[in-house]
Order: sequence, then structure tokens, then C-alpha cells
Amino acid sequence: MIDSSSTIGHVVGINGNMIIVEIDEGSVVQNEVAFVTVDDMNLKSEVIKVVGKRCYLQVFEDTTGISVGMKVNFTGNMLAVEIGPGLLGGIYDGLQNPLGLLENKQGFFLQRGQYKDALSREKIWKFMPVAKVGDKLNAGEWLGEVEENFITHRILAPLGMHGRATVKEIVPEGDYKITDIIAKIEINGKIVPLTMFQEWPVKKAMKAYRERIYPEELLITKQRIVDSMFPVARGGTACIPGPFGAGKTVLQHLLSKYSSVDIVIVVACGERAGEVVELIHEFPEIKDPKTGGSLMDRTIIICNTSSMPVAAREASVYTGIALAEYYRQMGLDVLVLADSTSRWAQAMREMSGRLEEIPGEEAFPAYLESRIAGLYERAGLVTLHNGEKGAVTLIGTVSPAGGNFEEPVTQATLKVVGAFLGLSRKRSDERKFPAIDPLDSYSLYINQMEDSLNRDLDKDWTSMINRARDILKIGSEVGKMMTVVGEEGISLDDLILYLKSELLDFTYLQQNAFDDIDCAADVERQVSDFKLLFRALTSDFSFETKPDARTFFTALQDKFYQKNYYTTDSSEFSKLVGEIEESLASGGSHLV
Amino acid sequence: MFKEYTRINNIIGDIIELEAQGVSYRELAAITNSNGDTSLAQVIKIEEDKVSLQVFAGAKGMSNRASVRFLGHPMQVPYSQDILGRIFSGSGEPIDGKPPIEGAQENEIGGPSVNPIKRIVPRNFIETRIPMIDIFNPLVESQKLPIFSTPGEPYNDLLARIALQAHADVVILGGIGLKFDEYIGFRRKFEEGGVMDRTVMFVHTAADPVVERLLVPDMALAVAEQFGIEGKRVLVLLTDMTAFADALKEISVAMEQVPSNLGYPGSLYSDLASRYEKAVDFEGAGSITILAVTTMPGGDVTHPVPDNTGYITEGQYYLNEGVINPFGSLSRLKQLVVGKVTRKDHGPVMNSMIRLYAKALESKKKISMGFEKTETDEKYLRYAELFESRFMDLKMDIPLNDALDLGWKTMAECFKQSEVGIKKDIIDAYWPK
Repeated sequence: MIDSSSTIGHVVGINGNMIIVEIDEGSVVQNEVAFVTVDDMNLKSEVIKVVGKRCYLQVFEDTTGISVGMKVNFTGNMLAVEIGPGLLGGIYDGLQNPLGLLENKQGFFLQRGQYKDALSREKIWKFMPVAKVGDKLNAGEWLGEVEENFITHRILAPLGMHGRATVKEIVPEGDYKITDIIAKIEINGKIVPLTMFQEWPVKKAMKAYRERIYPEELLITKQRIVDSMFPVARGGTACIPGPFGAGKTVLQHLLSKYSSVDIVIVVACGERAGEVVELIHEFPEIKDPKTGGSLMDRTIIICNTSSMPVAAREASVYTGIALAEYYRQMGLDVLVLADSTSRWAQAMREMSGRLEEIPGEEAFPAYLESRIAGLYERAGLVTLHNGEKGAVTLIGTVSPAGGNFEEPVTQATLKVVGAFLGLSRKRSDERKFPAIDPLDSYSLYINQMEDSLNRDLDKDWTSMINRARDILKIGSEVGKMMTVVGEEGISLDDLILYLKSELLDFTYLQQNAFDDIDCAADVERQVSDFKLLFRALTSDFSFETKPDARTFFTALQDKFYQKNYYTTDSSEFSKLVGEIEESLASGGSHLV
Repeated sequence: MFKEYTRINNIIGDIIELEAQGVSYRELAAITNSNGDTSLAQVIKIEEDKVSLQVFAGAKGMSNRASVRFLGHPMQVPYSQDILGRIFSGSGEPIDGKPPIEGAQENEIGGPSVNPIKRIVPRNFIETRIPMIDIFNPLVESQKLPIFSTPGEPYNDLLARIALQAHADVVILGGIGLKFDEYIGFRRKFEEGGVMDRTVMFVHTAADPVVERLLVPDMALAVAEQFGIEGKRVLVLLTDMTAFADALKEISVAMEQVPSNLGYPGSLYSDLASRYEKAVDFEGAGSITILAVTTMPGGDVTHPVPDNTGYITEGQYYLNEGVINPFGSLSRLKQLVVGKVTRKDHGPVMNSMIRLYAKALESKKKISMGFEKTETDEKYLRYAELFESRFMDLKMDIPLNDALDLGWKTMAECFKQSEVGIKKDIIDAYWPK
């Protein structure tokens, strides 16, 4: 397991999960991986600071039992992931150890010092060459392909190479293991044999594409409030901050389930193990309508839960984004869900404290903002060298201390993301789901995607949405006013506006995650539902009295609400729509 | 092997520093003070031959010539069947007047975490006969759930009541900074309720050394883990976790760590999580359910301890003014049992009743400000009154299905079918005729 460079050292100090090592001989590289030998175990660690002959290492494991004088072997390599066919459906820890293979040997618990290959060395893949002898390839261009869980997995030319390589040999179509040599390329006069997998240092952005392009297409999540009100672009970024219990994780799960993308990578970073367990058990049972396989077939789970070692938590987010970048190189559409980036930031804070760095706000390190920006900037829509497009969309949750969005992690994140889906404690207390605050949240993509939305959804889409948002705003103002002056203190017209905003909120922005039909609304249904609702929002009603208005809207709201529970081809649906149309046509005089 | 050191260089708070060789991280040491007092201590930092230890009994009265003997292993806790019915101190010594456990297996505390894929999805509803819990935020086996309480609320009574009514195979109480009277209160209730013979208590009282607080959750959970692996359904009660966090704060300040928020260490989240995450449903074996108490200093939920806890645990019960508050209280695992293990109408009743109560409070507020009462307000006021007396009162002691029936009855007494926001087929099946 330890492919050692010649550098060795010994432990001179231990403080939590940080150890201080003195180099006995050889050189040291910042961020290289080293192994500490404790009894018969080798614990993985990473160099994070070098001071003269001493270096500071964060250990990715529990440090109990380490003592002064223990031997440390340096590898000379930065922390890397294995990339190649066989990742999909995988459940890994933050360092890409397959959790399924750790189980046999270790019973219920994760014993430290156990590392396994992320990719199976035994599995046979049907390789189909795409490149021909004599072809000139850039880094990351396609050599061939295999079928991986309904997805065409491209085998890439080395991602780290500089300049162009010439294909000297390539094997014919056939069955190969990932360790078999499938091609030989010449680069800078040297012949390099290639296998189907390679390694990539997780903290480095993968840039083997022609150019990054402007994202202007909608990522469909099937959550009405997201897609209609605060849309996220393919290749864009969004954050979901919220106080505890406001439904961040439930929302993330829904996004991972229903978003129409090729691949989903879920990074459970410093959160509860139980949440991952639900995904692990649920996803293999859910059919992916796009491929006919299960949802698990298109998913990779990176799982470094809150009780697992904190240094590996810092690595887990990078592991996730690196795998996403890899699949983007194949021209695929990848969604990364990182839950929660605050735990990732806290892992940085813990280590910064042990390094005795000068703390910034709330003891977070001064480099917090640049690290967050660096992470989100790895998302994006790109054109590959062959003209195909690939996208990585990154949606991160943020867990602000005290639910206060003024804290450093939320603020640093807001500076770099395109959509802000802020969850509100008040809405979740009132059992409004998703608890995305429709007044505070925003999406910069609604302007960025204006043309495509108005072309693909409805020609008036963005203007209707803006109108609806105005109604929400006014409705909320009227609501506030009513708490001060009472219902008798406002005009009938204002009351109607208020009731309209309630109608929009209750029957469109809220969605029942636990109902088989209402949980996911495809985009056609969103358009037709919204247009019907929009008629109600913009109709002129005439009522005699305020109670009349209330009674009418209560009935109308119930119809809209009940309609969400039926498919559009059902007779109940048609009946409800008919009744709604009738009510609207009556201008308020007709009570159904 | 067990070399003895008798020269302590520094004593800072409850931490001592000395020069020693061959010591490993987290190793345990036995300290004998010059006056004969003894205590255990644990290595928390090593820098070349300078070793820092936290002294469990505290460093008050510690001589710099006290003897320090390293034991070659981290902190352990005994485990055997004989441990049931026993009471131990915060450092693991029996305090019930009975002899130490003989022939017990020693287990390290704070062991590794469970492999996520060895967990199963929780699926067993735990009926507590408290409607605010059973209907609105049901407790699920293997859940970790704190009671967020303002000081002075009857949180320990609530904890004891749940422990008695929840039918666990083994109950483990971890008392952290308990008042002596509270400790006796638990003991009496458990004896009267007939659960003492399947209970283990680790009790640190407010008068005991602060450092010992840190051990209580780890010992309680290490024992729970052993019972769980053997197939027992274990309920762990930890009260009060704020006292635990305060002990963490004291140690980290003495260690000169940069505090993150109100003096608490930046690792507070991880420190709490590594304890709460011991809650588990083992595949093919037993389970550990954790019910904890987190008192909120000044009743402030944004205080770092309840705030970090809220992110870790699977929900929380807010206890204030003698009732479990329906807003803010949450059981994140409820959807695993609601309507699946429990009745089909459970979900809609749960959601609608809360939503209606929220509206009712708005009406109440409006009227208290002197506004005109509308017909709608009348309905809501009536509903609020019934809701508070029939559901929120902590004295209510009824099974879930009776509570659900009462919910339908209450809604039907106040509202029309179209006003409750429930799917039609459920209304048709359950609306009282």
C-alpha cells in the first residue's frame, strides 16, 4: 500500500489529529501523503506545514496510541483519487475507501489504518477503442469507451499530461481489466503505456477542456419553488443555508433523486450517518426513468459523517468535486450535492487552530473565503476539445451558527454562488416545505437564462414569474400590516392581494415531499399548473364583503391544493381544473 | 514498563505537564498525590518529552511532587452482565456500596465509528403515550434526540417518564453535573418503575470534579455499544449535555486553544457529534437510542451548545413553560414510521393540526392587540383552546391511536372539511360522521 519515496521521519509531537514529524533524510513536499506506523497499522496523513526540518501533518485517523519516535514514511504524492470505470454506485469514505469492502474484515466498526482500492482490479470491462493509431490527443481526450451502468464511460488520455500525445498502439475491442494496458502513447519522445484508470490529486482543478462557457440552460430539479422561482443553471452553483431542522438535507435528498442529470455525486460531509444510510437503502430501489436502471446506478456517495475523523472530512468535498470533474470530461452532466460545506469549513478551522494560525472571524482561518471560492469555481459548463459539452453543477448546504446568515461561511459562499435558496425557521415551523424563503432567496440565473426560459417554457415565462414574485412581496406586506391594523384596517383589494399571495404560496411554492405524485413536478406540469394559477393571481374579483373573499379563496385554494395530488391524465384532475376554471370565470360570485 | 515520574513542571487548571518518555497519545496515567489522594489522568498533548495530562479528579491540591504512573492503555470501562443494576461515578468507580465488577471485559471508551453501511434504516416506532411526542414528533428506535429546555423546566421528570414507558431492554443513564437530588430522583423512579434491574447508571454530580464530566457520555455509550452488539435495544439518557460542553470549554481554555464562539472550542460540533453518532440500529443486532437534555443558557437556542446539538441530532423537543412546544420541536425520523408503522392518517393529522394551531396563534395575537374578532378567528380560538388542553398538557397519557382519533374529533368540532387542508380520500375515511 505504501509506495514510499525515500523520505522518512519520526514523530516528535502529537496534538489531537495533528502530529509533528522531524525529517530524518530526504525531501518533503507540501500536501504530500505520509503514513505513520503505529503498532502494525499505517495511518494515512497529509503534510500541511513545513518548518525547517519539521513538518506538521494532519492524520486522517484517530491518533490514539501514537508516541514520540514512531516512524513516518513519506510517499511524495499528493492526496489523490482513482478515476476510471467502476465508480458509479460506489459508497466511499472521504479518502475514497470503498465502505463496502471494509465491512467484511471489520464487523460493525471502521477500524483505522485500513485502505482499499477504490476501483475493482478484477472486474472485466468491454473496451471499445475510439482513438486510432496516429491520432494526436490532448490531455483528457477520449481513447475509448466502456459501458458503466447505462452510461458510456470514456477512457481518457492522461489528464495530467502537458502538450499533445500521439497514439502509438491501441488494443482492439475486447474484455479488459482496468489494470490491463489498453494503449501506448508517445509524449515528448517517450512511450507511455496506459490503463483504463489514472489518479488525480483532489485539491487540483481538472482543466483538460477547451473552454468554459456561459451557463444558460435550466437544471430541472422538479421542485416547483426552485425551478420556477429560483432556478439553477446547468453548470451553475447554488447554496442552501438554513438553521438546523429547516429541511436542508431533505431538500438535498429530493434534488439528488429527481434532478434530471446524468450523474449525481452526494458528499455527506460531517453530517449524520443516518442520512446516508437512507440513501444507501433507498436509491437501489428507485428506478431512474432516464436509463431504466436504479438511481444508485447513476450515483456516487462520498460519506464522511460527523463522527469520522475530521481531517478526512476536509478531503471529502474535494474527492467529490474531483470525481465530478472526471465525468464532465466525458461530456456528461453532473450534479454535486455537498452537505454541509460548513462542516468542511469547520474542519479547516480545527486544523488552523492546531497550527496556531492567527484566526479570522469566529476563529475561521483567513483563507476561508479563497478556499470556498476555489471550490465553487470548480463547477461550470465546459466545451471539451472534441466540441462536446459537459457540466458540473454544485449545490452546497450551509449550516450557519445560530441560523444567522451573517456568519463567515454563509457570507463567503454568497459571494460566489449564482443562486441562494435560504431556508427559514419560520416557514419550517409552520410546516411549509420546502422551507425556502420566497422573499429572501434569489437566483442570478433567472436573468442569465431569460432567453432559454422564454423559449423552452413559455414565451411570457420570466415576466409571469416576476409578476408572481411581486404579488408575494405585496401579500407579505399586507400580511404584516394586518398584524398591526387588523383585517378591518385594510381595504378589500389589499385583502384579495393577500389571499392571492397565500394561494400561490400554499398551492405552488409548497410541495409535499412524501406524496408519490406531488413530490416531483416535471417541467411541463410546472408550466401548465403555473399558467392556471397565474390566471387566478391576475383575475379581477369582485366581492361584497371580506368574509366572502375569504370563503371564496379558501375553497379555491383547496381545489388547487387537491389538484397537486393527481396526475394530469386522471379524471379527478380534469374535474378539479374544470371547477377552478368555473370559479375564475365567475369573477368571485360563484362558489363551487 | 510502568515507570513512575515524580516531577510535575506545570499545573494549569486541571492540566499537568511533565517530562516523560515512551508515552502514547490518549494513554491513561494513575496519579498519587503527596497526601495520598489518587486520580486517573489522560494524555492530551505530547511535544517531544513534554507531556500534558488532564487530571480527572482535578488538580486542586496537587503537589508538583505527586507521582505519575503511565498505564499503557487508554481509558476503559468494564462490561459484563453483572453491570446491570449498578451505579458508577464519573470516573467509573462503583458508588452503590457494592463491590467492583469481577471478571469483566474491559473496553476502550470513545471507540471508532460504526461503518455507515452496517447501519440499517430505523423503522421501529417507540410509543411514549405523550401525544405531543407520539403524534407530532414520534420517537424512533436508534434516534438521537435532545430535549432543549430552559433551566428550571421538569426535563428530568420527562426523561424518566419516557425511560419508564418506552420498554427498552437496557436503560443507561449518564448523569453529567446532576444535582444530588436529581440523581436520587432518577434512582427512586427507576426502582419504583421496576426498571432498575435493567439499568446502568454513570453519575457525575455537580460536586464532582469537572474533568470527570467528560468521561460520562463515553463510558455510558461504550457500555451501550456492547449491549447493542449483543442484540439488546438500549436507551441511553444523557443529562445535561450543556454541562458536558462546558467542561470541554474549560479544558480547551486551559490548553490555550483559540475559542470559536463564547469560549467554546472550534471542535465543539465534532466533539458532540462523536458522542451522539453512537446512536445506531445495528444490522442483525440491537440498537442504541439516545435521549439527552440540553439546557439552553438564558433560554437561547442560538447559544453554541443547543445550536451545534441541533445540527447533529435527529430533531429536538423544546420544553418551555411546562409544555413541549409544537413549533421548533422536530423528529427528523418521523417519516420513517408515520403512516408506515402507524396509521395512514397519522401524517395528515400531524401536519394539519400544527398548521391550524399556528394560524390559531396568529388570531390570538391579533385579538390580544384589540382587533375585531371575525368568525374565522372564533373557530381558531376554539381550536387553540382544545389543542392546548387535549394535546399539549404534559399530563396527557394516551396511546397514539386514541390521540389520533381525538385529533379528528377536535378538528371536526372546529372546522369544515375543506378548511383543514387534507387529501380527500383521507378525509373520507377518517372524518368523524
